[in-house]
Amino acid sequence: MPNQALGQLGDALLFAAVVVYALAMLGFAGEQASRKARRAVTAVRAESKVLLGAGGPPVLVPEETVTVERPSRAGRFALALTLCGWFIHVTSLVIRGFAAHRVPWGNMYEFSSAAALVAVTFFLVLVARGTVERGLGAFVMLPVVLYLGLAASVLYTAAGPLVPALNSYWIKIHVAAAVTASGSFLLSGVVALLYLLRSRYDDRLADRQQPRFPVSLGAQLPPAAVLDRVSYSIIAFAFPVWTFAVIAGAIWAESAWGRYWGWDPKETWSFITWVLYAGYLHARATAGWKGRKAAWVAVAAAGALIIDYYVVNIFVVGLHSYA
Amino acid sequence: MTIQSDEEASRLSTQPKPVGQTRRGDPLGPLRMGWRQLTSMRTALLLLFLLALASVPGGFLPQRRLNPLRVTQYIGTHQTLGPLMDRLYLFDVFSSPWFSAIYLLLFISLVGCLLPRTRLHLRAMRTKPPKVPRSVAKLPVSDRWETTQSTDEVMARAKASLRGWRLVRRDHELSAERGYLRETGNLVFHVSLVVLLIGIALGAFGGFKGTVLVVDGKGFSNTIASYDDLQPGRRFSPSSLVPFSVQLDAFEATYAPDGKALTFDAHVHWARLGGVSKAYDVRVNHPLVVGAAKTYLIGHGYAPHIVVRDSTGQVVDDRLVPCLPQTPEFLSTCVIKEPNTTGQQFGFRAFFTPTTITDAEGRVGSSFPGLKNPVLTLTAFVGDLGVDGGTPQSVYSLDTTAMKRVDTQAHALLPGQTYRLPGGASLTYVDTQQWATFQVTQDPGKIVALIAAVGMVGGLLLSLFVRRRRLWVRVGVAEGGPTTVEVGGLARTDAERFADEFAGIVTQMRTTTVRE
Repeated sequence: MPNQALGQLGDALLFAAVVVYALAMLGFAGEQASRKARRAVTAVRAESKVLLGAGGPPVLVPEETVTVERPSRAGRFALALTLCGWFIHVTSLVIRGFAAHRVPWGNMYEFSSAAALVAVTFFLVLVARGTVERGLGAFVMLPVVLYLGLAASVLYTAAGPLVPALNSYWIKIHVAAAVTASGSFLLSGVVALLYLLRSRYDDRLADRQQPRFPVSLGAQLPPAAVLDRVSYSIIAFAFPVWTFAVIAGAIWAESAWGRYWGWDPKETWSFITWVLYAGYLHARATAGWKGRKAAWVAVAAAGALIIDYYVVNIFVVGLHSYA
Repeated sequence: MTIQSDEEASRLSTQPKPVGQTRRGDPLGPLRMGWRQLTSMRTALLLLFLLALASVPGGFLPQRRLNPLRVTQYIGTHQTLGPLMDRLYLFDVFSSPWFSAIYLLLFISLVGCLLPRTRLHLRAMRTKPPKVPRSVAKLPVSDRWETTQSTDEVMARAKASLRGWRLVRRDHELSAERGYLRETGNLVFHVSLVVLLIGIALGAFGGFKGTVLVVDGKGFSNTIASYDDLQPGRRFSPSSLVPFSVQLDAFEATYAPDGKALTFDAHVHWARLGGVSKAYDVRVNHPLVVGAAKTYLIGHGYAPHIVVRDSTGQVVDDRLVPCLPQTPEFLSTCVIKEPNTTGQQFGFRAFFTPTTITDAEGRVGSSFPGLKNPVLTLTAFVGDLGVDGGTPQSVYSLDTTAMKRVDTQAHALLPGQTYRLPGGASLTYVDTQQWATFQVTQDPGKIVALIAAVGMVGGLLLSLFVRRRRLWVRVGVAEGGPTTVEVGGLARTDAERFADEFAGIVTQMRTTTVRE
């Protein structure tokens, strides 16, 4: 029988993690705001740079990574908070697993929590490797907090045993892969949106226009080329994982339902998601599709993933309508 | 050291260059153009998006192959739009002509793209790395230094620093290349997609799926006639059915206190034709495998045991009646037809409730899927069942047009109780047994599909994570002066990581060179 007291501890820890993430988000935003004031001075220089780059090949050298500003205390504190929230988050999932005597990704509540953990982990790895500035945290933590909030309020399920259909060792493999890919894809979707924002911001500057909100947020973002590359590398990581998740799901379906593929709504939407990400990978290598069009494909693919998860599980009747 | 745009690096691709206009007067010109259009990346991309778009209705609307009942309901509630949608195959998306057209075109385009690419890749694997470009300094990454070593010494150092690279030395120049597996993986992935389609087709043509409902104590054999529902492939031959039979000893389900199902077990005995009978436990995720045939447990429900006697007290019917569950708590419905009670025909519409509750208005319901307080509630009809006409009838529906109700109220029976009918006949609800639905499948394409799946993942990993790159070394020897070493490199992807790798190789070459 599940241990309810332990389960409640896990829930409380997840709540704490959300609060800490939210604080981290504010910290990142604070750092951005203070930097914004300073950056206004160098705006003229940045503009001339952009004009130089216009029309030529995409410039791979990050234009503004030369940070001469002294490191902001708010930003460092926010990063520490994120790390702290991450530890609490991990602990809450581990405790959840012990409370339910199984892997902690057996229903939508747990799945969301685990997927968000993957996204935060990915972000921290990118910051640690120096691929992105930690300032991106303000934009990354917002969807993470919303996503977890939704999980803890609407999708909440107390720790309990699995329905028989899920009772297989495949849940460890198939769902773990799906969680990893989903968390990464969602992060890449956010980065792709930020890329679109930033590239529009660059266009406005190139046209010598004053960008208005929300395009003006582009000033806070890494260069478009960096965002494009980050979004690509996340998808390049997640796509094989998703492919594996779908295949593992098919193998599981074969042993549970007697066929490896049956166009069940979940299967259909996983297929659509897969096809769209395959489209993204091809688009990024095709002339005329690079850049913004490819980014829109990545956003559409993340949209399909969200439908695959929320809409199919909650509103569509199918073999996956449990949990 | 500088990093330039990766535009330049795209020269490393083996992707065929776009070809211009066709020759004039070529009778096959338009055909060639069409083929080129179809196999172009743009078209493939468009088809890929079309494929995703075409699947969308299949992800939202009920599909006939999955749930024919819900399709009928949907068309029933959407009187005007429903039939039109049906004519557009919106309830059979994945077998519709337009869906097939899209994926067939996509696969033709894929094959058309794969063949020349495979040829080019095979050629690239055989050819030596290309000559050193005229200007090494103009490559995306490059370096240059002077040393006192001889050309041979520099070359030896370079070779030692380039383990795992394919190398060719041309006098004072060295060309190196690695990462051929990227394109190999890419090709393997796409070929696997074609193989997957072949596997699916094999299953669809030569496979078979049969579903049968079995009550406790009864069984079935793997023959066409046994199945309630049969979906054979177009080229399926009944002789490929594995000869075996299964008997359901007892079905068993356990539930948590909140009604969530914990376990489903079908305890069976099975035997090959003329073989010994063996016990097995068919569970969800645990099918019975006999040769190429797999038997799955896909459904279950209750089957009240009834005994019907005629006016003389003689037993005319003694059987288990499978009731179909309508709610998660297993409020189930069934129909009982009794044409053989002397002189009269009786029909019953029945509700079976495993854990019975009665609301304020006297309606019965079930509050729990387990068997705690079972009641069989019967509405009896007398008259003509219409079974003598020879038209086949469903055992789950009762046509009461030629019948009249026996009582104004439904009659509730507890286990062991008897319903006395007018004219002296009676129906006794003895006790409750269960039934299970089994699905037997044979899919000859499954293994092919699995191999394809492995190829897809393997190919994908190679094509996404192996980096193709080239590196060149040129040694310039001036009379009496120092030797100059020029090194340059080019990578198609991940220019940053290549820059690091390049720097590492250069350092290795220089440090070992200087040490002499």
